[in-house]
Amino acid sequence: MSTASGSRSQQDSSPPAIEMQGLTLRFGELVAVDALDCRIAHGEMFGLLGANGAGKTSTIKMLTTLLPPSAGTARVAGSDIVRDPAEVRRHIGYVPQMLSADGALTGYENLLLSARLYRVLRGVRARRITEALRFMGLTDSAHRLVKTYSGGMIRRLELAQAMLHRPSVLFLDEPTIGLDPVARRSVWERLVELNRSHRVTILLTTHDMEEADHLCTDMAILHAGRIAVRDKPAQLKASISDHATLDEVFAHYSSVSESGRLRDTAAARQIARRLG
Amino acid sequence: MPHNKVPFPAVGAYLGACYAIADVELRKLIRDPTELVSRAIQPLLWLLVFGQVLSRVRAIDTGQVGYLAFMTPGILAQSVLFSAIFYGISVIWERDLGIVHKLLVSPASRGSLIVGKAISADFRGIVQAVVIYLIAFGLGVAVRADLPAIAGVALVVTLGAAVFATFSLVIACAVKTRERFMGIGQVLTMPLFFASNAIYPLQLMPSWLRAIARLNPLTYFVDALRGLMIDGGRSVYGFAWDCIVLLGVFLVLLLIAVRAYPRLVR
Repeated sequence: MSTASGSRSQQDSSPPAIEMQGLTLRFGELVAVDALDCRIAHGEMFGLLGANGAGKTSTIKMLTTLLPPSAGTARVAGSDIVRDPAEVRRHIGYVPQMLSADGALTGYENLLLSARLYRVLRGVRARRITEALRFMGLTDSAHRLVKTYSGGMIRRLELAQAMLHRPSVLFLDEPTIGLDPVARRSVWERLVELNRSHRVTILLTTHDMEEADHLCTDMAILHAGRIAVRDKPAQLKASISDHATLDEVFAHYSSVSESGRLRDTAAARQIARRLG
Repeated sequence: MPHNKVPFPAVGAYLGACYAIADVELRKLIRDPTELVSRAIQPLLWLLVFGQVLSRVRAIDTGQVGYLAFMTPGILAQSVLFSAIFYGISVIWERDLGIVHKLLVSPASRGSLIVGKAISADFRGIVQAVVIYLIAFGLGVAVRADLPAIAGVALVVTLGAAVFATFSLVIACAVKTRERFMGIGQVLTMPLFFASNAIYPLQLMPSWLRAIARLNPLTYFVDALRGLMIDGGRSVYGFAWDCIVLLGVFLVLLLIAVRAYPRLVR
């Protein structure tokens, strides 16, 4: 717990891709996200880890402007999520947890919808869609209905949708949840490629330690709405023991005060149910 | 990446997003038109069975026009209402799939997302109008086929479908689950239908029911259609007033929906 948040990026001269300032979310009595302060530099592949109910999805929803914070704010891609959410939306991409491409449309039509909503100009639209399909390995299935796609194909299509307008920051909520190992690899490859070659800052949530280990250049473990620890995966492992796995790191930091948390969890679930 | 600024004014962006949403809905509908076919069955039954029987009974005084002709616009309004009301269910479905999340993270204005849905409801409404014209012709109802009448019906159907699709969306945002929506959808549509002038004139109602019917947008929807659709049909409130009421209700619902829709994903 020694590592302070935002250790490295502070020295960066360029403004960070994401900067949370006291970002807080309350549901009545319950504090789902508790005054997060966190800077994420451009070009990072940042992992937000934590057990169910730790506040990962709530944080992502606030950063993507879906949910207004109860207190605090954040700057994302240069704009404030509270003061100027519309401007934030123009510069980010988002892939929600559910496989959310429209199954009743073809892959191409899903991309066309995104291109139009993101106001990708007509002149470049067709080229961007063709490129995106090729990059995601979906060219041959572009005109098939998405309901005939595999889970991995749908995820790759969603990544393509989220990238059409060339966002500078991409948010992924559990990007490979429910995918088989082969599909998971294929998604990972694309994410690494987007991050390395296209210099897209990626913030992803996961509770898959292998995923975090494979992808993330930097990560934070959330526990009960707070950052329990933040560092590079290698440092985190070294901080526990010489041969520690990320699983052990995760267990160490997310079960710090397990007792007495049961009521909070029950309350969180009740609220989640009420919110649908 | 930061060069993606909009080169055209906000109105163009708004219409562009409306078009994007309406276009995908339309593609889905054309790809699988079974819903359009099945939605034609209910009005057919109302006109063929209910209408035929009641016009023999002559229990309801409908002035110079026969009962079947009197109820034809009412049944058109009913079928527009019943199909538009299910927009809410599809929105809840889209929320569960994460589609609403993606739409709301896009820079498209909230209003345009809702108007886009309303436009696709309009398309369904127009298809239903065509179906009911065909049924009415088949049953020998004296339907007006002149261009102004048809254009007027198309306009009123457009307004009516937008009103009830948006109403449904507001309800969906309030109840949030499919199960609850199913229950409430039934509870709302039948009273809306019966507390209106769709299948009997307002004069026949007890005064308390008439007062309710006067507050019911369906009444104005039917009233406008009745003045346009059938030979000798008369509008009680006048076409212009009917349109103003429907447009006003739509704008109010749109304002509510713009606030309620983002709450669906919170």
